[in-house]
Amino acid sequence: MFDLNYWPLIGIPVVVIGFALRFNPLLVVTFAGLATGWAVNLDFISLLQTFGEKFMNSRQLASFILILPVIALLERYGLQQRARDWISQIKTATSARILALYFIVRECSAALGLLSLGGQAQTVRPLLAPMALGAATNKYGELPKPVKDMISAHAAAVDNIAVFFGEDIFIAFGAVLLMDAFLKENGITGIEPLHIGLWAIPTAICALVIHLFRLARLESKIAKAVQKYNAPEPIL
Amino acid sequence: MSKVIDADVSHTSTALVTIENIYLLIGIMVMFLVVRTLQDKNHPKRLTTALFWFLFGSSFLFGDFAIATFGAQITYLMVGISVLLIALLAGLNLVSMGSYSIPSEQVQNQSAKTLGNKLFIPALMIPIVTVVFTVLFDNVAINNVYLLDQRHLTLASLTIACIFALLVGWKITGGSPVQAVSESRRLVDSIGWAAILPQMLAMLGGVFIVAQTGDSIKELVTLFIAPDNRFMLVVLYCIGMAFFTMIMGNAFAAFPVMTAGIAMPFLIEGHGASPAPLVALGMYSGYCGTLMTPMAANFNIIPAALLDLKDKYHVIKVQIPTAVTLLAVNIILMYSLVFND
Repeated sequence: MFDLNYWPLIGIPVVVIGFALRFNPLLVVTFAGLATGWAVNLDFISLLQTFGEKFMNSRQLASFILILPVIALLERYGLQQRARDWISQIKTATSARILALYFIVRECSAALGLLSLGGQAQTVRPLLAPMALGAATNKYGELPKPVKDMISAHAAAVDNIAVFFGEDIFIAFGAVLLMDAFLKENGITGIEPLHIGLWAIPTAICALVIHLFRLARLESKIAKAVQKYNAPEPIL
Repeated sequence: MSKVIDADVSHTSTALVTIENIYLLIGIMVMFLVVRTLQDKNHPKRLTTALFWFLFGSSFLFGDFAIATFGAQITYLMVGISVLLIALLAGLNLVSMGSYSIPSEQVQNQSAKTLGNKLFIPALMIPIVTVVFTVLFDNVAINNVYLLDQRHLTLASLTIACIFALLVGWKITGGSPVQAVSESRRLVDSIGWAAILPQMLAMLGGVFIVAQTGDSIKELVTLFIAPDNRFMLVVLYCIGMAFFTMIMGNAFAAFPVMTAGIAMPFLIEGHGASPAPLVALGMYSGYCGTLMTPMAANFNIIPAALLDLKDKYHVIKVQIPTAVTLLAVNIILMYSLVFND
C-alpha cells in the first residue's frame, strides 16, 4: 500500500481550502489546475494547452447566456411583478405549495424524458422564484432580504433535486446509457436499460417524499424568519 | 421539408443550427455586451470588466476559426493564456457591475398591468418550443442538411426557442432584440465570474484526467476495504461515489472509476450482487454528491448568481439535508435490494 501516489491529489486540498477561505473560485480552480500539473511534472506549455482545450470543448456549458436577453426584456416590462400579481389571485397559493407542485411536475416530466421543460435560467429565475416570493409577499408584506434569499434558494434546489432524481428513470437518458454501456463493456450481459431505469424508481420516490416533507415545514420556517427579521432592533 | 426517418446520423452531416453557429451567436452577443460596457461611462471598473468579457467572448467568436487557421495547439495555448488572465482579473476583484437604466417600480407595475398574462408567453415559450423541437423536428432535413445539429439536439432546439421567444417578446412588449441584449448586460454582470466557473471546472477535470487523479482517489478509497463485510462495502461504494462526485463536480466522471474499483470486483464478483439495482443506486449516490458541491457550478453556483443571493453557497446549504438523507436511504436500499441470497 506504500506505492500509493498522493501527488495527483494535491488539487483537492487546494480547492477545499481555497473555497473555504472564500477566495475567488476562478482563481482557486486555476491555481488547483496549476498545482496538479506541477505535481505530476507536466510542462507548463502543455498544461496551458490542456487548459485551453478543455475550456474550448466545454463551451456548451455557457449556453444559458442565450436565454438571458428574453428574460431581461420581459423583466423590464414587469414579468416579476406580473408573476406576483397573478399568484395573489390564487388565494390558496403559498410558497411551499407552489414549490411542491413544481417539484412533482418537474420530477414526473423528467422521468418521461422532458428534461428541458424547466431549468434555472428558463423557469426558476423568471417564473418559479417570483411566484414563490409573490405568495410570501402577499402573506407577510415586503420581505426582508434573508427571507427572500431563503425562498429563492429553495426554488433553485427544487428544480435541481426534482430533475436529478427523475431523469434516471427515463431509459434513453445519458446516465442510463452510460451505466448500460459500462456493464456491457465489463462482460455483464442480460441487463437492459429498462432494468436500470426501473431500479431508479425507489430512490426517485424517496426523493419526492423527503423533499415534500421538508417543503411542508418551509411555511412555518418562513413565518419564523419574517418575525425574527422584522422584530424591532433591541435598544441597547 | 421532408421528415427523414431512420436517417443515418454521420458526423459529417451538416446542419443549419450547428454547435459552431451557436458559439458564434454567443460570441457576437458577448462582444456586443463588451461594447455596451465600454460605453458605460459610470462603470466603476469599465476597462477591466470589458477585457474580462472580451477574453471570454473571444473563445466563442474566434475559437473555431483560429483552430481552422492556426491549428489546434496554438489556439489551445492562446485560450489557456486567456484563462489565466480571466482568473487573475476575477481574483484581483477587477470585474464588477456597471450602471444600468432600469425603469422605476411604478413604471414596471404599470407595464405589468397593461400587458397582463401576455408577459408569460415568451417565458413559457422557451421550454415548450425546446421540447417540441427536440421531439418533433429532431431529424428534419432538406437535401441532407439537417435543421438541428444531430449531436447537440437540445442545445440547437434551445437556441431556436430563444430566438422565437425574442421575436414574440418584441411583438408583445415593443422592445426589440437589440434592446433585449442590451438589457441582458444587467443579468450577465450580476452573474459575473460565476458564468465562467462551469468551464473552469471542466478544465480542472481535464487536468485531473491527465494527472490520473482518479486512480489515486480509487486507491485511497480501496485502503478502507474490508472484502468480507457486505454492509461496509455498500457504504464505501455509495459514499465513495458521493465523495468522488463532490471533487469532480460530475457523477459521470466518478461512476466508471468507483464502479470498476469497488462494485465490480468486490460486490458483483465477490458477493454476487445484482448489477442493475447496484449501478442505478450507485449513480444516484453520486447525484447526492452533486447537490452538495460548488464544483457542480452550473447547478449550484449559477442559480445563486441568477437569483442574486447574498451567499453563493445558499443553494447548496438548502440541498444538503435532502442529499444526506437520500444518501442514507440509498445505502439502505442497496443493502436490501442487491443481494439475492
